[in-house]
Amino acid sequence: MANGGNMMMRSTLGRVRALGAARHGLADWWGQRVTAAALVPLSVWFVISLLAHRGADAAGMARWAGRPWNAVLLLALLIALFQHLALGLQVVIEDYVHGEAAKLGTLLAMKAALALLWLAAILAVLKLAFAG
Amino acid sequence: MRDVREALMAGRTSDGKPVLRPLSPHLQVYRPQITSVLSIMHRGSGIWLGFGTILLVWWLVALAGGAGAFAAVQRFLGSWFGMLLLFLWTAALMFHFSNGMRHLAWDAGAGFEKPTYHASGWTVVAAAALLTVLLWVIGLALG
Ligand code: HEM
Repeated sequence: MANGGNMMMRSTLGRVRALGAARHGLADWWGQRVTAAALVPLSVWFVISLLAHRGADAAGMARWAGRPWNAVLLLALLIALFQHLALGLQVVIEDYVHGEAAKLGTLLAMKAALALLWLAAILAVLKLAFAG
Repeated sequence: MRDVREALMAGRTSDGKPVLRPLSPHLQVYRPQITSVLSIMHRGSGIWLGFGTILLVWWLVALAGGAGAFAAVQRFLGSWFGMLLLFLWTAALMFHFSNGMRHLAWDAGAGFEKPTYHASGWTVVAAAALLTVLLWVIGLALG
C-alpha cells in the first residue's frame, strides 16, 4: 500500500489536489499554512508583550502600540490572523453548511463580518501609530 | 437486500458464510482516541479563538479611542466573567499553537509513524496545559 502498510497516517497530497467542497483547495490550503507559520512568532511576541505590560494604564499601553516597530508587528499580526481565521472558518463552513446557496451566503456573511472587524483593528493601530 | 447499493457490500466471512460487510460506524460508536480528539479540538479551539478576535478588535479600538473607552474594556476583562473568558482563550491559544506546530511538522512530511503520532499528541496536551498555567501564574504573580 502507498501509505506504508498501515503504519502511516498519511494520505497522498497529490490524490486530493483540486478535490474537496471548494475545488480550489490548494491555494487556500497553502495560505492556511503560511499564515499559521507567521502566527507562531507573532503570537509569541504579542502574548509576551501583553504580559510585560500588565497593569499599564491607557497612555502607557497606547505609547507601546504606537511605537513604529510595535505598530508594524501589530499590523502583521492582524493580517496573518484574519487571513488564517477566514481560511479556517471557510473550511469549517464548507464542511457543515450544505446546499450551494446556504453555503455561499454563510461564506459571504463570514467574510464581510471579518473584513469589517479587520479594518476597524487596522485603523485603530494606524491611529495609535500616527498619534505618537 | 433493501437497497441496490448493498450489492457492493456483499461479502463472505473467512469460513465462507455470506455476509453484508458493515458500513463505517457512526461517529458516536467510535472509542475516543487521542488522535481523533485532538483533531476535533484543533477545530474547536480555532473557532473559539475566532470569537476571541472580537475582543482583540474591541481592545485595539478602545485603546485608540482614549482613556475612557480603554477603562471600560479593562473593567470587563477584570471581572470574573472577563477573567474566565481570558483563561479559556489562553488555554485555546496554547493548545491550538502547540497542535498547530504539530500540523506544520506533518505538512513538512515528518511525524506520521503511528508511535510518533501518538506521542506528539500527548506532548501537545502537556505543553498546552503547562504553558497555560505558566502564563497565568506569571500574570497573577506580577499583578
Ligand atoms: C498561533 C499560531 C497558530 C498556528 C501555528 C495555527 C495553525 C493552524 C493549522 C496548521 C491549521 C490547519 C489545521 C488542519 O489542517 O486541519 C489551523 C486551522 C485553523 N486555525 Fe489556526 N493556528 C494558529 C493560530 C490561530 C488563531 C489565533 C486562530 C483564530 C483567531 C486560528 C483559527 C483557526 C481555524 C478556525 C482553523 C480551521 C480549523 C479546521 O479547519 O478544522 N488559528 N491552524
